[in-house]
Amino acid sequence: MALDHDSVIPIASDADVVIARQLARAMAARLELSSTDQTLLATAISEVARNITTYAQRGEVQLSVIHDDGGRRGIRVIALDEGPGIENVELALRDGYSSGTGLGLGLPGARRLVDDFNIETAPGRGTKVTLVIWERNARVA
Amino acid sequence: MAVPILKQGPFLIATIQAALTDTDVLQLQDDVMAQVTRHRSRGIIVDVTALDVMDSFVSRSLQGIARMTRLRGATTVIVGIQPEVAFAMVQLGMAFEDVLTALDLEEGLALLTRPRKEAVDGGA
Repeated sequence: MALDHDSVIPIASDADVVIARQLARAMAARLELSSTDQTLLATAISEVARNITTYAQRGEVQLSVIHDDGGRRGIRVIALDEGPGIENVELALRDGYSSGTGLGLGLPGARRLVDDFNIETAPGRGTKVTLVIWERNARVA
Repeated sequence: MAVPILKQGPFLIATIQAALTDTDVLQLQDDVMAQVTRHRSRGIIVDVTALDVMDSFVSRSLQGIARMTRLRGATTVIVGIQPEVAFAMVQLGMAFEDVLTALDLEEGLALLTRPRKEAVDGGA
């Protein structure tokens, strides 16, 4: 199945945000992640993809199934844009801080929803946010 | 996709039927305010049973509907938040502390038809 490999969703409108989270949920369902984890993943994607349309206008969301050394599977989400970047990442990850019109829950909220969270950004250099949700029980590889 | 809003006596019932884009959510806010004004509604129920994601934007917009309609003297109840969605909302930091909620449409209507004082003070 195509979606069990990498999948790239261009993000340029609020409709694309919905498509990205629906594809991710379908991928998570195929990996048999719990419905709670599917929802956490879809919600986190909604937050980081909205950041793309709000601050960078366009970008993309990449979805992949990954494995760790123990054979445990997870879904990795990379939200990538070439927008203005974030000057103060520490501040952007603080609850309630927003440079836009939001509540400032986007990045800190997304971080709480997933297992692994990483952000690479610099002013003028775009933003790359990586999220991972792992399956809960290690599988025998 | 536009959210249909049904008038039921002194109440409005907005039933979300599919995933909402941010544009749809803003439209819903406008539509509810317009109809509350037109019909002088006393209560509004927003049924979110069909939503499998309530991110910070949707949550904030529904909270906005509740606050705006309260200023018009009407009470809004959000009904049908799915268990997984509730879990994600709390993680996200959207606990809806000042918004009335009920399990489903029936419970929401019961909340609205309670004596007025109780319904208004219920979530505050």
